[in-house]
Amino acid sequence: MDTAAVEVVDLVKRYGATTAVTGLTFSARRGSVTALLGPNGAGKTSTIEICEGFRRADGGRVRVLGMDPVADSTALKPRVGVMPQSGGVPTGARAAEWLRLMASFHARPIEPGLLLERLGLNPVATTPFRRLSGGQQQRLSLACAVVGRPELVFLDEPTAGLDPQARMATWDLVAALREAGVAVILTTHHMEEAERLSDHVVIIDRGAVVAEGTPTELTGDRREVYFSTEAPVDTAQLAAALPEGSRVDAQGPSDGRREYVVTAGDRGEPGPEFLATVTAWCASAGVLAEDLRVRRRTLEDVFLEITGRELRDQ
Amino acid sequence: MSEYTSTASARAGAATPVAADASLFTPAPGAAPMWRMVASQTGMELRVMLRHGEQFLLTMVIPVLLLVGFSLTSVLDVGEGARVDALTPGVLALAVMSTSFTGLAIGTGFERRYGVLKRLGATPLSRFGLLASKTLAVLGVQAIQAVVLCAVALALGWSPSVTAGGVLAAVALVLLATAAFSSLALLMAGTLRAEATLAGANLVYVLMLGLGGVLFPTSSFPGPLEQAVSALPITALSSGLRTVLAGGSPPGAGAFAVLAVWALVCGLLASRLFRWE
Repeated sequence: MDTAAVEVVDLVKRYGATTAVTGLTFSARRGSVTALLGPNGAGKTSTIEICEGFRRADGGRVRVLGMDPVADSTALKPRVGVMPQSGGVPTGARAAEWLRLMASFHARPIEPGLLLERLGLNPVATTPFRRLSGGQQQRLSLACAVVGRPELVFLDEPTAGLDPQARMATWDLVAALREAGVAVILTTHHMEEAERLSDHVVIIDRGAVVAEGTPTELTGDRREVYFSTEAPVDTAQLAAALPEGSRVDAQGPSDGRREYVVTAGDRGEPGPEFLATVTAWCASAGVLAEDLRVRRRTLEDVFLEITGRELRDQ
Repeated sequence: MSEYTSTASARAGAATPVAADASLFTPAPGAAPMWRMVASQTGMELRVMLRHGEQFLLTMVIPVLLLVGFSLTSVLDVGEGARVDALTPGVLALAVMSTSFTGLAIGTGFERRYGVLKRLGATPLSRFGLLASKTLAVLGVQAIQAVVLCAVALALGWSPSVTAGGVLAAVALVLLATAAFSSLALLMAGTLRAEATLAGANLVYVLMLGLGGVLFPTSSFPGPLEQAVSALPITALSSGLRTVLAGGSPPGAGAFAVLAVWALVCGLLASRLFRWE
């Protein structure tokens, strides 16, 4: 039982001339939640589909529950639950009947009715798949992934396109799986999701791991000063007023507002004096710093710091 | 059908949801027995096929309309003898083709497009189990078609020549034709885009309906054309069924040979070329 749920070493995957995964290494522990976090096209889905046995690796080593995902697929299939990014259900199949079918493939499944109720799918139990909303389709797909009581589940973007209530229901279910000792590997580009759900976050960019650790390790549990303004602020001037090494990052404008994040750099955390310096400078520059607060650095900040702020093609 | 996780523990724990969930999701993996997987998958395939509007039109409504329409009117020269006697074997052949070729090709093509085949590939149901389920579902629909069409034909005064050997030969022809049509269907569905499969399967249906001796014997065609269409699986099936059911004589080895070659060639190609996604 001490083998990892998933172990990936130097994984390489090519599609024609493009290399989607370029020597990716990570491992996921049993009974914990691991998030593969990265921008679109980073190689998350390729990686997860190789682990699921859908695609073959062009290089490297992959072990799922200690076994080879392709060669040992017959032994692995009952033990591993899979939620694809979309589809996977005939358009004419009704929600409950499809879940019952998935349950019937397993020796000791969860009663489908309990899962439908938990995921709020009872009202659409007899609705054909094509008439379900995107969120309902996602939740049915999630139910299908867990109905066989697997040891390990792969969830490819489980909350993409979900409304807030459905997202909460999905998060609750992932937490319950973890509680029950199921290993969960999920992909997401939703920072809050990775931060709230995972024990371990693997940040992937351009086909390789660029950082990994617990959310706390990754964010360094550091604080920063945040405020927003109506008019642009001269960030160089503000930085000059602060202790050396401090940084002022401009974000936005979003909704016509500018957002600023001020960090103390490598010198540690912003203290009371640091905050006073920021506000004093604002006063002297005639800037009204709205929404001013000292907050913890989020995974989003780390993510943008590592993967860069430029827009990606995909 | 399945033994579900003890709901007692889950319900008893309703007041403390976390504990209840933990027991609910506690890993207990295992595959169901093969027969149970195939039984439920077959049921699903059957329901999806019978519920599908266009497929129902193709497999039930059109054959019945052709049978009734051309039996009661004389717009079509169907050859000698009672009209219904001449028409029924061909319409039965058309019904077989509509399910095992057109319906199967279109259904499987779209399942591949929507990632259903891929998703099923991640379940304990093996590829063999999936093919077995599809075959059983096709045979199930064909059994329903045969019952409905024979009942309608009998009501129209159909008087087939029924002998034990003849029925056996007819069933053998239908099974072999089902293998040939299904292989061709899977070959198209597993290699072409879903839209191309849809268009191609409908086109082949119409061509075979017109050329394949479904509504009238191909003996009315000019010599070279008759030779050419006699190599089609639908011609082999319809002429074979007509020989048995209308003529009361055993079908020639030619019909069996044509169907066997189609089944073998398409089966081999499909097993080589079929792509699951």
